[in-house]
Amino acid sequence: MGILEVKGINKRFGGLQALGDVNLSVAENTTHAIIGPNGAGKSTLLNVLVGKLIPDSGSVMFDGQSVLGRKPHEINQMGISRVFQTPEIFADLTVMENVMIPCFAKRDGAFRMHAIESIFSEKAIREQAETILADVNMLEKRDTLASSLSRGDKRRLEMAMCLVQDPKLLLLDEPTAGMARADTQNTIALLKEIREKRGITMAIIEHDMSVVFSLAERITVLAQGTPLVEDIPENIKGHPKVREAYLGEAQV
Amino acid sequence: MLGLEKKDFRLLVIVIGLTVFAPFLLNPFPVQSEMAQFNAGYPDLMQRFVIFGVFAIGFNILFGLTGYLSFGHAAFLGVGSYAAVWMFKLLSMNVLPAIFLSVIIAGLFSLIIGFISLRRSGIYFSILTLAFAQMSFALAYSVLTPITGGETGLQLALDDPRIFGASQTASGNIPVPALFGLEMRSSVEWAVGPWLFTFNAGYYLAAFFMILSFYMAIRIFRSPFGMMLRAIKSNQTRMSYTGLNARPYTLAAFVISGMYAGLAGGLMASMDPLAGAERMQWTASGEVVLMTILGGAGTLIGPVLGAGMIKYFENIFSKINSTILHEWFAFLPDGLEDIVVAMIYPFVGKGWHLTLGIMFMLVVIFLPGGLVQGGQKIAGLFSRKKVDDKDKSTASEPAE
Repeated sequence: MGILEVKGINKRFGGLQALGDVNLSVAENTTHAIIGPNGAGKSTLLNVLVGKLIPDSGSVMFDGQSVLGRKPHEINQMGISRVFQTPEIFADLTVMENVMIPCFAKRDGAFRMHAIESIFSEKAIREQAETILADVNMLEKRDTLASSLSRGDKRRLEMAMCLVQDPKLLLLDEPTAGMARADTQNTIALLKEIREKRGITMAIIEHDMSVVFSLAERITVLAQGTPLVEDIPENIKGHPKVREAYLGEAQV
Repeated sequence: MLGLEKKDFRLLVIVIGLTVFAPFLLNPFPVQSEMAQFNAGYPDLMQRFVIFGVFAIGFNILFGLTGYLSFGHAAFLGVGSYAAVWMFKLLSMNVLPAIFLSVIIAGLFSLIIGFISLRRSGIYFSILTLAFAQMSFALAYSVLTPITGGETGLQLALDDPRIFGASQTASGNIPVPALFGLEMRSSVEWAVGPWLFTFNAGYYLAAFFMILSFYMAIRIFRSPFGMMLRAIKSNQTRMSYTGLNARPYTLAAFVISGMYAGLAGGLMASMDPLAGAERMQWTASGEVVLMTILGGAGTLIGPVLGAGMIKYFENIFSKINSTILHEWFAFLPDGLEDIVVAMIYPFVGKGWHLTLGIMFMLVVIFLPGGLVQGGQKIAGLFSRKKVDDKDKSTASEPAE
C-alpha cells in the first residue's frame, strides 16, 4: 500500500479522453517518475492529484484519505506540496518572507487572524525560515526581492518553500523544463540531496530522460492517457512498449 | 516601542506631531496678509483632512495590501454616517456610542457585501462593489426614506426621543454632538501677533481617531496577517498551493477597511450631525481611490498625504476667483493681465478639478508609487550627492 494510491481515474475533455483508467501507486520513501510523450496526460494527472481538476470517475487516496473534492489548499494541508514548471513564488516579497509564509501556513493552518503580532517577534518561524535558506544556500539573499532572483534561484526558493513545510509527498512538474544544461545538473543534485537528507517521497513528472534516469527509483510510462508500464529504470530503458510510445520522439 | 520597529515608531511620532500642531502648521500666513487665503487651519477643513485620512488609511489596507480595488467604499462611509445620526436621535448626543455603532454597522454591512463581491477578483470585483454601492445609494435616496431621510438627508429634529439627554436644549434648540459635555464645534482661538490659530475640539477628537487608525494600520502592515495580504496580491496560485485559503484573508481585509470607512462616516456625523445619500455615491468612492493612488497605494503614509492633498485643493484652490487673480496680476500691463488671468482661470476656482486631474495624470505617469515615491526620489537625490562627495574625497587621495 503506497502513500499515494490512484485507482481507475478517468477524465474526458469533450471528445478527448485525457486519462483512461489510470492506476498508480507511489510507495513511501521513494522517488517515482511519471514520463510519457507530449499529450500523454501527465499534467492532467498532476492537476487531479492537487485538486485543480476533478476526475469523472476513480479514486485518489493519500495517506489513507481521499483527496477528491478537496481544494488545493486543503490538499496541501494534508501534506502534498507542489513545485511548478515555471517557479510560482511571491515575486513582490523578499526571499525571507517567501519562506516565512509556508511556515505560518504549516503552523496556523489555512487561515488565522494574526493581525496584532509583529512579524519581527515570530522568532521560531524566522529561525525555521533561516535554516531552510541556509540549506539551499540562499541565506545571503534573504532580503532580496524574489522577482529579481535568477531563474535557478527562483527554482531553489520554490523548492525551499515546499521543503520548509516538511511535506509527506513532493510533486514536481517538469522541474528542469527550459533550463540550461548546468542548471539542470544543479537541480538534479539538489533533488538528490533532498531525497537523501530528508527522505521525502517524491513524484516527478518529467520529459527529460536524463533527469528521470538519474533520479527515479520507479518509473511509470504514460501514453495517450493510459499507463503502459511501471517498473524500475533499468527495465524501462529497453522496454519495447516504451520504445514504441516514444518512437521518433527521443532516444530511450 | 508600542510593539513597533524603530522606523515605524518614528513615522508614528511624526504623524502625531503633524496632527497635534496642525492648527499652527496649516496657518502659516498672518490673517490680514494677501496669502491668508492659502491658510487651511480652520476647523471645518482640518476635520476633513483627518476624517478622509481615516477613510483612505482603511481603503489602503484593502487596496494597497491585497490589490482588490473596491469602487464602493463610500457605501460604508454613508452607512456609518446614518448609524451615527440615528444614535444621536435615539440614544444621546455623546459622540462615543455614535462612533462605536457606525463602526459596527459598517463592519456588518461590509461583511455581507464583501462575502458576495469577493467571489470574483480583478475588474469583476470592482464592478460588483460599484454595483452594491450604487444600489445602496439608490435605496437610501428613495425606498428607504423613512430610515435615511431620502433627498433631504437624515437630520436631527426637535422631537427626537433621545433616551439619555433632552430632545431640546433649555433655549428650545437642537442639542449639538459632544464628548461628555465638550461640544464638538467649540473652539479656542489664540492670536499671536498678526497670526490667529484655532484649536477645535472636534478636530482633536477626529485627530485622535486618525492616529489610532494609523497605529492600527502599521500593526496590520507589519503583522503576519499583513504579509499574507501582500502574498495574495503577489501570487494567489502559490498561496493556495502553500495551504492558505485566500478568501477569509481578503474578507477580513475588506471588513477591516469597511470598518475604517464606517469610523470616518461616524466622525463626519459627529462633526456635523446630518447624513445624506450623496455620501454613498460613486464619485465619493472614486475620490478615496484617487487619494490612495495619489499618495501612494501600499505605503503607510501615502493615503494620508493623498487625502490631505485632495481636500486642500478642493477647499483652497476652488476659492480663487477671477477677482483674486486680477489682484495678483495687477502689476502686469492691462492687456497682458487679462490674457494671463484668462489662461489661469480655467485651472482655479470652479476649475480646480482640472488641476487635480492634471496632477493625478502626472503622478500616475511619472510617479506610479505616488507622492511617497516622489519623496523617496528627492531623498535619493540628496543621499546620492553625499555618496558623490565621498567618492570625490577618496578620489583625491593619492593612489597606491
